[in-house]
Amino acid sequence: MDIDWANVFNWVSLLKCFLVGGAICVVGQILIDKTKLTPARILVIFVTTGAILGGLGIYKYLVEFAGAGATVPLTGFGYNLAKGAIEGVKEAGLVGAFTGGVKASAGGIAAAVFFGYLASLISKPKMKKQ
Amino acid sequence: MNPIETKQTYQDYVDKKSPNSPIWKNCFNAFWVGGLICTIGQIIMNICKERGFDQTVSGTIVSILLIGIAAFLTGLNLFNKIGKFAGAGSLVPITGFANSIVSPAMEYKSEGYVMGVGGKMFTVAGPVLVFGISASILVGIIYLIFNTQTMTLI
Repeated sequence: MDIDWANVFNWVSLLKCFLVGGAICVVGQILIDKTKLTPARILVIFVTTGAILGGLGIYKYLVEFAGAGATVPLTGFGYNLAKGAIEGVKEAGLVGAFTGGVKASAGGIAAAVFFGYLASLISKPKMKKQ
Repeated sequence: MNPIETKQTYQDYVDKKSPNSPIWKNCFNAFWVGGLICTIGQIIMNICKERGFDQTVSGTIVSILLIGIAAFLTGLNLFNKIGKFAGAGSLVPITGFANSIVSPAMEYKSEGYVMGVGGKMFTVAGPVLVFGISASILVGIIYLIFNTQTMTLI
């Protein structure tokens, strides 16, 4: 299949993606530098914030504007979960609230478990100097 | 390196090695590395779309690829170097999620492949999934309760 590389490297969309994705990371960096939050808590905050903003219908606009710039950060993971849950509710009612979120982000979760385990297996334990 | 002789030279040495809270530099590095990771994701997504996948599937492929790459870079001890330089720039994108799974798993490898690797994988990722999934279920339930025609939440 032919790929139109002009569409792939659409500079406007890539620039928007870069700016928004970078800005979201700067928010995380400010949280790291200015508060005593551990990285784990920051990840939790980002995912939860994404889910809430997704539920409120705000994050959708950011995704439309920036594409992967909004979906690749962990807020996008939360957004995806919330979006899936809402779609699930539309399809199947209350059960959908439980199935929809994980269904929508199943690929990412499964890949994280699978590749995470695999990469840990092949990794060399870090040698501590001294 | 020469041995440090006087207090003054030692103080100079410490000042040189520990610049006082370089937040602007950290933010700048986080910005461009984070932006770059997202841009790589966007390029993968555009290629998927060109190949005829729809938006949802393309997004899933992007997640899977970025997670896979980050997991193996962590396993090879390369991701930590990027992380030290970029801070939140590599932590906040989904790559940080993969890194948070592999890092503790590697550390506890000596405790065995089931409870060591399999168990410690979720030291950080566990809370992320707990709060993320719980929040999404709450969003779903709230949507169900307020699901009227006048109020569309998404």
